[in-house]
Amino acid sequence: MKRYKWLAPTFYIVFLMLPIYWLLNMSFKTTNEILGSFTLWPRKFTLENYTTIFTDPTWYNGYFNSLTYVGINTIISVSVALPAAYAFSRYRFLGDKHLFFWLLTNRMAPPAVFALPFFQLYSAVEMFDTHIAVAMAHALFNIPLAVWILEGFMSGVPKELDETAYVDGYSFPRFFIKIFIPVIISGIGVAAFFCFMFSWVELLLAKTLTSVAAKPIAAVMTRTASTSGYELGLLAAAGSLTIIPGAFVIYFVRNYIAKGFALGRV
Amino acid sequence: MTLEFKQVEKRVGAETHIYPTDLKLEDGGFNILLGTTLSGKTTMLHLMAGLDRPTSGEVWFNGKNVTRAPVQARNVSMVHQQFINYPNFNVFENIASPLRIQRTPAVEIDKRVAEVAELLNLTPLLKRGPSELSGGQQQRTALARALVKDSDLVLLDEPLANLDYKLREELRDQLPKLFENRGCTVVYATSEPNEALLLGGHTATLHEGQVTQFGETAKIYRRPKDLRSAKVFADPPMNTAPVAKQGDTFVLNDTVSWTAGEQQRGLGDSAYTVGIRPHHITPAARGAGAVPIVGEVLITEFSGSESIIHFRVEGRTWVSQAQGIHPFEIGTQAEFFLDSANCIYFGPDNELVSA
Repeated sequence: MKRYKWLAPTFYIVFLMLPIYWLLNMSFKTTNEILGSFTLWPRKFTLENYTTIFTDPTWYNGYFNSLTYVGINTIISVSVALPAAYAFSRYRFLGDKHLFFWLLTNRMAPPAVFALPFFQLYSAVEMFDTHIAVAMAHALFNIPLAVWILEGFMSGVPKELDETAYVDGYSFPRFFIKIFIPVIISGIGVAAFFCFMFSWVELLLAKTLTSVAAKPIAAVMTRTASTSGYELGLLAAAGSLTIIPGAFVIYFVRNYIAKGFALGRV
Repeated sequence: MTLEFKQVEKRVGAETHIYPTDLKLEDGGFNILLGTTLSGKTTMLHLMAGLDRPTSGEVWFNGKNVTRAPVQARNVSMVHQQFINYPNFNVFENIASPLRIQRTPAVEIDKRVAEVAELLNLTPLLKRGPSELSGGQQQRTALARALVKDSDLVLLDEPLANLDYKLREELRDQLPKLFENRGCTVVYATSEPNEALLLGGHTATLHEGQVTQFGETAKIYRRPKDLRSAKVFADPPMNTAPVAKQGDTFVLNDTVSWTAGEQQRGLGDSAYTVGIRPHHITPAARGAGAVPIVGEVLITEFSGSESIIHFRVEGRTWVSQAQGIHPFEIGTQAEFFLDSANCIYFGPDNELVSA
């Protein structure tokens, strides 16, 4: 029995890595090879797919667009959620608990529900096909999430810290920036990560609210055929590149997320 | 420097946290707020600091009405029961932070921080972060921050409660000396009567949101104004029982009675409540006024050189606190002696009549 101990983790990792391997495998093949034969590794290794993406603006602009609205969204969500979470964690006011729960219910409807009203609204105010439009649409579900995460971290900081700072002479804004934010910086990291992630993977709203100028990479990537026929190798290369930002971000916040799990809020 | 409460009241919703209170704290002295948990000590301190606004009434400081002044505008400092320091600053910056806010020149900051750090034995730790300190060191850092800025009012909210026994004793000895000759008014909240006695100064006894008495600590201990003050200022709890005065004799029950002392001669024949501190009930007779009382032993506790014995007489539980080890069998009848010379008497309205 002991001799087969390696079996389960090996299978687990193999199955986990298989789709990623297949994606990478395809990205280094020509479309003909992908369609023509079943090969476990590229017979005719090519970097042409990647070259196309890095040189053709319709491709690389997709990354810029995605990163732009994801970045804007993360900044908006966290900066709006910070004061909101502070209020929820420090003050008692009429209906505070209901409001807090209602925030979360915003996440319970599928984004598709909001696609139509957002599309019509942004068209009417001429914000259709802009980065800020997508960023604000994504704030709908990211702000409540950020408030929930940050409230948990803030409630872990004793109220006496605020009092001590006021007694020492700190004004509220000064205390918040100089003392409080550094104390909950890991919470901000976790909140920012989740905002980034949900905005990065969201496709439906991003696709609906854009046409050319702010078209996200996921929308570019999922068109299966173009004027030059099937370009499976190209799509695979784009997919491989799309994994990178997420992996990059998660590498930086991995320790914070562990802390967030320990606090029971993530 | 005086702090005065004029009919200060604090209500939160339908609950009254502090009943209308008049209190005038001693000029530059050491004042103690003594009360059990939830008696309103922290609320009182918040009202004094200005972290909380009174629902009604006025707070005066140095002859000025500061009721509406925010805490930043009052020159106060505070130390909490929890060890509160700024986690993102090292010890030096923690102590220096009130001075930085006041825009004190850097040279003077260095000088003053070095001074208080020396006073509180923090000098070797100045470069460390608060999380790298022990509990005692963290609390000393918080105290140093309270000391460094020369505040008019220093509020200490059970600062020693979370420390272990040895450190607590050590720091308690230091505390009054630290604040001597600084010209600031110190308010020290505690739930332990013994701590109040050790610290001296003046004491306000707090009972369910009401200041029952304010005066010199030792005087309050000896002559509590009423039964409530007496109960707040006693650990273990004071024994109380109804007695009847008949002529020159106080009668507790059929077998226990004693002759009234010099001061009680003038009291009329009536029903009173007698209060006897546990250390005035002993298993051995002491002095001329010793009165024997027999009861069933319920519990005995030993704390080093001391025994605390609970016994029952006619359905009422009594507590005796005696030097030495007294190994009574639980359930047996045993004889104790009340020191009738040290009894205090309360009238029917629970006000002190004689001590």
